[in-house]
This record gives sequence, structure tokens and C-alpha cells, in this order.
Amino acid sequence: MMDTNQQHVLPLRPDSPIPPGADQDAILSAVTDELTNRGFVIAQADKLFNWARTGSLWPMTFGLACCAVEMIHSAASRYDLDRYGMLFRPSPRQSDVMIVAGTLTNKMAPALRRVYDQMPEPRWVLSMGSCANGGGYYHYSYAVVRGCDRIVPVDVYVPGCPPTAEALIYGLLQLQKKIRRTATIARS
Amino acid sequence: MTEAETQSPSQDMLLAGLARLMGGENAYHITATGEVVMCCALGDLPDVLKSLKDDEDLCFTQLTDVTAVDYPERELRFEMVYQLLSVKKNRRMRLVVAVGEADIVPSVVPLYASANWAEREVWDMFGIFFSGHPDMRRLLTDYGFEGHPLRKDFPLTGYVEVRYSETERRVVYEPTKLVQEFRDFDFLSPWEGMQLDMPAAPAEDGETEEKAEG
Repeated sequence: MMDTNQQHVLPLRPDSPIPPGADQDAILSAVTDELTNRGFVIAQADKLFNWARTGSLWPMTFGLACCAVEMIHSAASRYDLDRYGMLFRPSPRQSDVMIVAGTLTNKMAPALRRVYDQMPEPRWVLSMGSCANGGGYYHYSYAVVRGCDRIVPVDVYVPGCPPTAEALIYGLLQLQKKIRRTATIARS
Repeated sequence: MTEAETQSPSQDMLLAGLARLMGGENAYHITATGEVVMCCALGDLPDVLKSLKDDEDLCFTQLTDVTAVDYPERELRFEMVYQLLSVKKNRRMRLVVAVGEADIVPSVVPLYASANWAEREVWDMFGIFFSGHPDMRRLLTDYGFEGHPLRKDFPLTGYVEVRYSETERRVVYEPTKLVQEFRDFDFLSPWEGMQLDMPAAPAEDGETEEKAEG
């Protein structure tokens, strides 16, 4: 695969991110050289997919209760989810992750499931706050679903009532980590 | 009635107007916080509201809220509560009507359009039916919901819960199955009553006995 005459040898599988410094500069300049000399670089498809997926996690705008306000904070200028390439999408068909932000009632449950079903795969769900995690304050209510995982499969649970914007961002970063661990191409 | 409560001329006018309309000062009473409360019979409700609205001294042209209270121990189980506001006179009052479980309450939507959703909510939460309402459906609870949640005999956790069924590929309803029963740790709630060794209250024999029996 690799040209043996090449001066710089790219590490094919960096197990951990390389910290800024001489090593990182060497790799970056090697990539740049390769691009200018040959016009392409070779990478693993899995890594490339995961890089793309984690770099543009578009959450669906799905605010149910007070948690939605914290979700809005995380998208606003102070915390600015845009930095991670996360843009709130008003349509399930354009989004990758659904943030269930708030109390899920029985009446809302079919609508939530429908919206989830409309999202294209691969898709993820982040349950935000006590109510979405397990009913929370309304656990014993006649009208509330005791956890949104009764309706949709959940990837990350963010605790709190409501969780702070920082907590939500931490949860989203954990989701990115989870996505990075997945392998898209099955090997026999 | 204390002096403070009658200070304002418009309060005087309100009370005088009420007394004139309803035939005497016994028609209304004033709570400790100075709120004017009037009771009337169910049959008189539309006429009373209409005269409260149309009377020149009262002008209760706004119905701010309609709600109900459940008293299971009473013969007439429910109380309908109408909160009125007179913008012109800057006064508020409350009209209370006792309603039995089987009674049908005349809707006041023709008189006050704001009663529309409020009466739907009362129907939803208490099961009090209104006649002459333009759109008598449930307002808040789930489609096909059974029962009336704010009745005192409605269990907190209800009868059904929802779950997504992978086999049927839809959200299904199942009888409520709680992993852990509801536990009430609030022993000192002022509504539950503190169980302290208090000196016995001055005896009002008749009343306490009645309560024990009821």
C-alpha cells in the first residue's frame, strides 16, 4: 500500500490523538505533501465515516419541556454547539441525533416514535434530564411515560433536572466517543 | 365585615349591587382575605352570570377561569367555580355552584367565550358534563383516555401505561405495572396533618360526631 520510498511514513492506526508538537506537525506535513504530490491520501473507511459522523451530528429540534431551554442554551452563543458541527434541524429527515429534552407524556409518545422512525439511519437518541430518563418527578403520574427508552432506543442518558448546557454538551461528546468506537464495515 | 374591606367606594358599589341583584346581603360572603364569594343554585347559573355581566354597577364582563373542586363526601359532589373580573370597576368575585355527579351544567360559552376550553378541561378532569357547549371534547388527556384524573377516587398512577412494541411496530397501551409502589415520605405535610400531642380543642360535640360518622 504505502510507497516504501516515501520519506514520511503515516501511522495507519493512531490509537490515540497525537498531541500538538513535532510529531503532529510531521504527520500533517506528510499528509499535505502526499496531497500535493499525488492528489489523494489513503485512510480507513471506518475512520473516515466516523470522522464525518461525529463532525456533523445534527440534532433534531425536539424540546418537550424545561430541558429544552437548556438545550437552547447549549446551541446559543455562549456554549455554541456549532463548534462541534452540531446544527439543530427542524426536520427528522435531515437529522442524525434526537435529543429527547423533557417530560414525555403518553399523548406525545406516538408522535415521538413517528419522528424517530422518520430519521434516516444511522441515528442516535440522547435522553436529556430525569423525566426523559425515567419519568423523574412525574414517575408515578397517570399521563407520563416512565422513561423515553420505553418508546425509542437510547444511546446516552444525561442526568439532571434540568441538566446544564455543559452537561448536555458532555453527553453529546460522549455520544461522539460512542460513535467513534463503532465499525461500519463488517469484517469476517 | 371590617373597615378595611369596605373602604373602597367600588367595593361598596359591588356589594350593594350584589345585594340588590340577589336580594339581600346574605347572597354573598367575604373571605378572610377580602375576596367576594357568591353561591347560587345550579338552575339559576345562566341567569345569575348574565345579570352579573350586564348590571351597570357590576360589569363582570370577563370570565377569567372556570374550574371545579371534588368533595367526595358531599351529597352534591362537585363545586363549580367561576372567577369573574370587572375591568370597569376593577373588582373580582367568585361564583360557586354545587353540582351533583349526575347533573348536567348549562354551558356559559354563549355568555363568555373564554369558558370554551375551561369547560372542556373541567369535563376532562372531573367528568362534569356541560349542555350547549359547541365542542364538548376532552382537552388535555390522551386520545381515548378513560377516567377523570382530578376526581379524588382516581388513582395517581392511572390504569394504563404506554410502551413501543417491536412486534406490532407501534406504541401500545398496557395495564400499569409499577416496579416500585408509590411511597409517601412527606409525613410533615401541612395538608396531611401533623400528628402531634396537642391539647384537645374545645369540644363541639355535635360537629365532631357527624364527621366521624360521615
